[in-house]
Amino acid sequence: MTVKSKKFTVKIIADECKGCNRCVKACPKNILALGNDLNRFGFPYVKLVKDECIGCGACYYSCPEPSALAVYEEV
Amino acid sequence: MEKLKFGKSSGFFDTFERRPGAIKKNMHYCPGCGHGILHKLLAEALEEMDIQDQTVLIAPVGCSVFTYYYFDCGGISVPHGRAPAVGSGIARANPDSFVISYQGDGDLGAIGFNNFIQAANRGENMTVLFVNNAIYGMTGGQMAPTTLPGQKTMTSPQGRDPLTEGYPLKVCETVAALDSPVYVERCALTSYKNIMQAKKALRKGLENLKNRKGFSLIEFLSGCPINLKMTTDEADHFIEERMMKYFPIGKFKDIADDRPAISKHLGIFEPAAVKRILYPNRQSSSKSKDFRNKSEIFTKERRIKCAGFGGQGILSLGMMIANMARLRNFNVTWLPSYGPEMRGGTANCSVVLSRDDVGSPIVDKDTNLLIAMNQPSMDKFLPELKKNGVLLYDSSSIEVPNCSEDKKVFGINAAEIAEDLGDHRVANSVILGALSFILRDYFLEGDDKADFDKTFEEAIIDCFANKKGIVDLNLKAFYKGKAAVETCF
Ligand SMILES: Cc1ncc(C[n+]2csc(CCOP(=O)(O)OP(=O)(O)O)c2C)c(N)n1
Ligand code: SF4
Ligand code: SF4
Ligand code: SF4
Ligand SMILES: [Mg+2]
Repeated sequence: MTVKSKKFTVKIIADECKGCNRCVKACPKNILALGNDLNRFGFPYVKLVKDECIGCGACYYSCPEPSALAVYEEV
Repeated sequence: MEKLKFGKSSGFFDTFERRPGAIKKNMHYCPGCGHGILHKLLAEALEEMDIQDQTVLIAPVGCSVFTYYYFDCGGISVPHGRAPAVGSGIARANPDSFVISYQGDGDLGAIGFNNFIQAANRGENMTVLFVNNAIYGMTGGQMAPTTLPGQKTMTSPQGRDPLTEGYPLKVCETVAALDSPVYVERCALTSYKNIMQAKKALRKGLENLKNRKGFSLIEFLSGCPINLKMTTDEADHFIEERMMKYFPIGKFKDIADDRPAISKHLGIFEPAAVKRILYPNRQSSSKSKDFRNKSEIFTKERRIKCAGFGGQGILSLGMMIANMARLRNFNVTWLPSYGPEMRGGTANCSVVLSRDDVGSPIVDKDTNLLIAMNQPSMDKFLPELKKNGVLLYDSSSIEVPNCSEDKKVFGINAAEIAEDLGDHRVANSVILGALSFILRDYFLEGDDKADFDKTFEEAIIDCFANKKGIVDLNLKAFYKGKAAVETCF
């Protein structure tokens, strides 16, 4: 029998991210990182660098912007 | 398929239409600002607790001044530090509302501290969210009451020195010592763990609001990386290593379960009832209403300044003029301005007579009539006299003034006349007599001239109603003054 573990992912809206690094620091899996590219407002923005999200929400609650980043569950 | 697990709350507007400019999805805060973190917790709580429609979120002055851009709930903006006072009014006038006062450390701890602590002590039905970032954020990083010892800010460039500026204000500790507040907790918007604790505390504070338990305070140690000149990580480190030593996080008080729901007495709002309380049996006049003259005299506003030494009866002179006008159906204001001493100091009052509503009771320019009873008053107020204005002064103590041709100038030796009558204090009535003559020619039209003296007599009697003995003397002085000015022509 195989247990199908839940899968999660994070979506980032590049132009809403201010590159503050809070989510990067908060993520227990260390899978978020600031890139070198700048968004439309001149901020570096966060990217999901590994597909290992556990859906904990630490990034979401640490981020000061309402919708820069959201956590989804794959169903 | 994907299901949203953590995402934008509907406690926020979907698009921030109220925010000017092109950016409608982001907030105006600097990168990494703690206000944003708390906003998200609050929006989520408003949504999940289903209290958006009843909530009145009071925006302070400070970086969070624009909460109404973002939150889909009731809101109001208030002057700096006044959120708890306005909130008290809202909570009492509309007991169904949930009042949240969102305040910074400058707003709450400095300019607004008395409003805040009194509301806490009254146990108002409100929850205060206190964002302590140890600095004035909005204005560019000045020292706040909560700035740490040694912390450098724009206004403490050597670092806060407790010997000079005192120690940081411990707000939670102070409020917890009061009997009325039911819940006090300090949190930190730093790590995920601390943010989750803040989320819990916020819920508790809003539950108390929902259950009408009175006053709750939650303090949030919050990062202002920009003004601390730090990265976000460094700012969090500053909070956890330095601020939390001085401002320990944790629960200081939680007695909500032991307290019954509060319902404050409803205020009295019905206009007639308010009037009865504020102005109990105000007597208008001893004359019948028919006495009042209905003619449309001086349609323009008349702005009068009376000035002299304290003790010269300046204020009652103004009051007599005001009474005279009131008896003739004008709208009148009388605004005294006292010197620091009862006698010997200067006194003046502004009187405005109008057929319409009086806009401002202050006469500090465009004066139509200046009554000067000493030299300093003459020197001070003559420049405010309007073109074609009327000047009446006591020539027994004041030099002949040097004013432009357009002015109508009357000097009368009021003090000497009063001395002759045996009481220097009636100089004001002498002046009033002179004024009755002057006003007639310059301020009055038509029928009003006829019963004018009567009105002044009435005004004098009215003014000295509780000092009957001196009414006659003042009336005598009035007619002396009138006669004196008549002979000038
Ligand atoms: C009556 C008045 N005085 C002073 C100011 C200037 N002022 C604006 S915000 C502020 C301090 C805000 O600091 P704080 O309450 O800590 O809020 P923050 O921006 O740090 O969140 C001051 C002094 C003002 N707007 N109104
Ligand atoms: S939900 Fe948790 S694991 Fe996933 S990216 Fe955010 S912080 Fe990392
Ligand atoms: S916390 Fe938000 S704003 Fe900051 S870097 Fe992450 S996504 Fe961007
Ligand atoms: S100045 Fe400080 S408190 Fe104000 S928005 Fe920027 S980081 Fe936030
Ligand atoms: Mg502040």
